[in-house]
Amino acid sequence: MAPFPLILTNLLGHYGAYLVYLLIGFAFGYVLEISGFGNSKKLAAQFYFKDMTVLKVMFTAIVVAMVLIFTATALGLLDYNLLYVNPTYLWPGIVGGLIMGIGFIIGGFCPGTSLVSAATLKVDGIFFVLGVLFGIFLFGESVDAFDVFWNSSYMGRLTIPDWLGASTGMVVLGVVLMALFMFFGAEQLERIVGKKDARQAPKLRFVGAGVLVFVALILIFIGQPTNEDRWNRIAMEKENLLAERAVQIQPAELLYTMHDHKLNLVMLDARDEIDYNLYHLADAKRVELDDIPTLIPGFHLEPANTVFVIMSNDEADATEAWKLLVAESVPNVYILEGGINNWLATFGNEEEGIIALVEGDNEQLRYVFGAALGAAYSSADPDPHEYELDYTPKIQLEMKRAPISGGCG
Amino acid sequence: MSTITQYIADKQRIVKEKVLTKREAKPYINPYLGGLLLGLVLFTAFFITGNGLGASGGLNRILVFFEDLVASDHVDRTPYLLNMAGGDSNPLDSWIVFITIGVVIGGFVAGWLNGRVKLETNKGPRISKFTRWTMAFLGGAFMGYGARFARGCTSGQALSGGAVLSVGSWAFMFAVFAGAYALAYFVRKLWL
Repeated sequence: MAPFPLILTNLLGHYGAYLVYLLIGFAFGYVLEISGFGNSKKLAAQFYFKDMTVLKVMFTAIVVAMVLIFTATALGLLDYNLLYVNPTYLWPGIVGGLIMGIGFIIGGFCPGTSLVSAATLKVDGIFFVLGVLFGIFLFGESVDAFDVFWNSSYMGRLTIPDWLGASTGMVVLGVVLMALFMFFGAEQLERIVGKKDARQAPKLRFVGAGVLVFVALILIFIGQPTNEDRWNRIAMEKENLLAERAVQIQPAELLYTMHDHKLNLVMLDARDEIDYNLYHLADAKRVELDDIPTLIPGFHLEPANTVFVIMSNDEADATEAWKLLVAESVPNVYILEGGINNWLATFGNEEEGIIALVEGDNEQLRYVFGAALGAAYSSADPDPHEYELDYTPKIQLEMKRAPISGGCG
Repeated sequence: MSTITQYIADKQRIVKEKVLTKREAKPYINPYLGGLLLGLVLFTAFFITGNGLGASGGLNRILVFFEDLVASDHVDRTPYLLNMAGGDSNPLDSWIVFITIGVVIGGFVAGWLNGRVKLETNKGPRISKFTRWTMAFLGGAFMGYGARFARGCTSGQALSGGAVLSVGSWAFMFAVFAGAYALAYFVRKLWL
């Protein structure tokens, strides 16, 4: 598994982790200040084409960080699944962005830059920070009136490569070229409107542009790790777990987990539609193996106390699905031992309308049903108090690694 | 008596001049260099913590902390606030608060080292200080409201989400620029 990002609270403790964030914040504030972002006149000049510092700093920062992030993920150093990618709420984002644009040109800052400005005793910055607090207060008091819109057009963790169906490398190159084009335009505007002499700007910037394009081209060539690459990297360790049967939970443990309110149980049924319609566990969701990659981002957004249990008729298909999830760093994934057949042997033996077959192939449902009742059979949702079953507990809630709230949560 | 007050006033003025306007303000660094450094900070944040940067979230939590002191029942009844400060949970117990505190300290230190910590108001030449302050407060209110509406500010959404290629963050970023450019001409008196 990719070594980064780190689980800071495990390494440094609760407050040790906060110290790291304090240092990151320090560096952030420092760089904003030396770039001139504490000065509202410099920020506002952006919108009159006189001084394009805002655009240059922002887009340089974005493309530099982007190229480094996707280089690190391509090399297997960093796990993209564990990075916080702001979920897309398209229209609320656009409306909020327009409101912020208005605030930017009237007030001359954005929230981060106003903090730096206030810290360097600019009175307008201090008033702006107070205004931001007031605006946040108003939002907290009014959001309940339009929370339907505020939660609309939700698209989850939607990335540009997913949206365009293009490779990450192509998108990275596209963004780099777009930024360079904007920088070119910005320098022209500064020359015409701002009467600045672009020849004084350091030539080194062309070298920087060249490096960014070159690395982006390499990223297209080497590509991002596929599910298979990711699995191969962890295969040794994870195959051991499978062989030691550390992740195959017995039906009894699943039953008690279903009724454990401290856990958020997600049951995934990897069988075909016919078997699923005949019989499935209450609340189990059917998933096709092929669809799993598209479901991964959603799995990462589940709460930290989530346990995933995958089942098929026996174990082979569930194990395949387990590998797909584990390779994508989904935490706390388990397999129902012996699958649905074993479940039925444990809970469904005496139920009316369910008859066991003597034999059957692997991954075949070895029961016949009077009707396709799905989860309406009583053994699909047994009462845990009726059973006293011994089992070897295997579920251990692992610390969740993927952040679920972003910089503005 | 008057000599003493005079003396104190003089002292204060001298201290003010010495401390706050002691050095010539150094020029800002080249924007591409600033962007490179900011990009490195942003990458480091993602690489180590899995999170990007942010500012408005920290301000939000600091505000909610005080709201919770004043009107705890109200916070517990408002779903949006409840998330951060319901019951016993402390809204300041969040990484984003520490980023925000760091930004303030970092900004101050950078300003101090470069002679830019100075009590002053940056404004366009055609408006009074009072107008500038009023507009800063009003703009800030729009900014704060919009930042919560969009679930992130320029740092948490545009910078951080932009670098990891979130579709929503890019749509948001263009909306911010569009909003500002659309209005810029009409409020040019504020700045030009």
